[in-house]
Amino acid sequence: MSDTIQSAESKVPTIPTKGVVSGERLFGHFLDSLPAVLAIAGCILLWQLIVWGFSVPTFMAPSPIAVLYAFRENAAILWSNLLPTLMEATLGFILGNLIAVLLAVWFVYSPMAEKAFYPIAVIIKSIPIIALAPILVLLVGNGFAPKIIIAGLICFFPTLVNMVQGLKSASPAMLDLMRVLSASNAEIFWKVRLPASLPFLFAALKIAATSSVMGAIVAEWIGSSYGLGALIIEATYNFRSPLLYATVVIAAALAVVLFFTVSVVEKKVIRWKPMASD
Amino acid sequence: MLDVVDTSPVPPDGETKPAVTVRNLHIRFGDKASEFTALKDVSVEIPAGSLVTMLGPSGCGKSTLLRAVADLVHISDGSIAVLGQQPRKAREGRDFAFVFQEATLLPWRNAIDNVRLPMEVGKRDPGATYADPEQLLAMVGLKGREKAMPHELSGGQRQRVAIARALVTRPRILLMDEPFGALDEITRDKLNEELLRLWQETGTTVLFVTHSIPEAVFLGQYVLMLASHPGRVKEFMKIDLPHPRSLTMRDTVEFIRITAHMRGLLEEC
Repeated sequence: MSDTIQSAESKVPTIPTKGVVSGERLFGHFLDSLPAVLAIAGCILLWQLIVWGFSVPTFMAPSPIAVLYAFRENAAILWSNLLPTLMEATLGFILGNLIAVLLAVWFVYSPMAEKAFYPIAVIIKSIPIIALAPILVLLVGNGFAPKIIIAGLICFFPTLVNMVQGLKSASPAMLDLMRVLSASNAEIFWKVRLPASLPFLFAALKIAATSSVMGAIVAEWIGSSYGLGALIIEATYNFRSPLLYATVVIAAALAVVLFFTVSVVEKKVIRWKPMASD
Repeated sequence: MLDVVDTSPVPPDGETKPAVTVRNLHIRFGDKASEFTALKDVSVEIPAGSLVTMLGPSGCGKSTLLRAVADLVHISDGSIAVLGQQPRKAREGRDFAFVFQEATLLPWRNAIDNVRLPMEVGKRDPGATYADPEQLLAMVGLKGREKAMPHELSGGQRQRVAIARALVTRPRILLMDEPFGALDEITRDKLNEELLRLWQETGTTVLFVTHSIPEAVFLGQYVLMLASHPGRVKEFMKIDLPHPRSLTMRDTVEFIRITAHMRGLLEEC
């Protein structure tokens, strides 16, 4: 994972086009994504054919059809394990990002704080998250807490880095303008620095949306009896590979849903285009 | 130099205080080891209601002088009085507005909300009156584009919004730092003409930095020419061309004679 998700050049978010999406436009979108849809369908078909053609045993690799049946048979189990993971990922996402944003604000206004604590943030970041899980289980027990903390930790660093960069991205001319207007520091923060940081923040939040799910699942691997992570371990040990694959698909779907949720919010919030040159 | 009657709306000498008085101004940057003198012993008086253009080779400190008047640069020595007060007091009192080379619009605000920015921030005098942002946008030729976002406007239009924003506080002095430098020539000509019209209508004192000789002569009632290394005053001269001025004036013999004279002076700088 790269620390700085976004460079200054690539900070131009796509602007939602105004107006009603017409049928023609929808069809255009469909045509645009047709190659991707066909490619995915082709891969699934190929997978099915390989499983059939080479008579691969189901415990080794189930066929797409077997996975589909696993969804139907285990709907209740999948659903009851999805909810805790969703909760851990969401709470971790909120907590990790909130702390990162607040810390970034502190860093921007206190260079001393940045000098003192930035290296610590880097050190925490460089510890493999999977190695942190057992430590956290020992520290805070085996409940929801370690999962939420790990989901939060995985979100924390990219958001911190991007938010610091975003808050510093206001141009010197803008700051001169605010000085000429005798604006207070609070006014400069709310009216210039914070809005200027939003494209940077959302770039990090989109990454965090998917990685928070990953964090929650990894945390559930360490001695947990619920959640998609626990289900993955259980299905593996019992050679219930169709269920295992179904769980993985659900986990991926969860990450995609969170990602799109953040994208939709971004499009609602950022209706402007940062100007490359004025 | 040229015996043309000056019809500009400046009150006769002695009737008003100067808008800006600069006395023995020194501005140095950097620390003792690597000190750089941007301005050396600059003294000048900007008459109230005048339009003064500042011209000089790059590095002559013309922008620095303007920024010092605006309290954006620390004064090393000497003094600046803006309407008889320290620059900081003038800034807090909203006596001047500043137009930058870049329009410096907040990209997340539409045109009219950008014009309203000065009404929302800073130490505001409760009795302060503002110009109507909608009328200002109409005055700079952007009627109907109030809700346009900055990225939907052209470079010239953005600079017009910036000028409207500067005028919303009804400043007595307008400080402009190469405001049209990044625009194409046609847009620049048009904005030059409109600035002259605006100046004559509002009676605002305008201090305008440029590196273009024709622009300095066309706009300026006075031209303050600076020399470089270190930045110092070379000349402060009156441009004896009648007002109102139109773009065609730039093709007259007088105009060309003045610009040629300026070019000669600049070569000595």
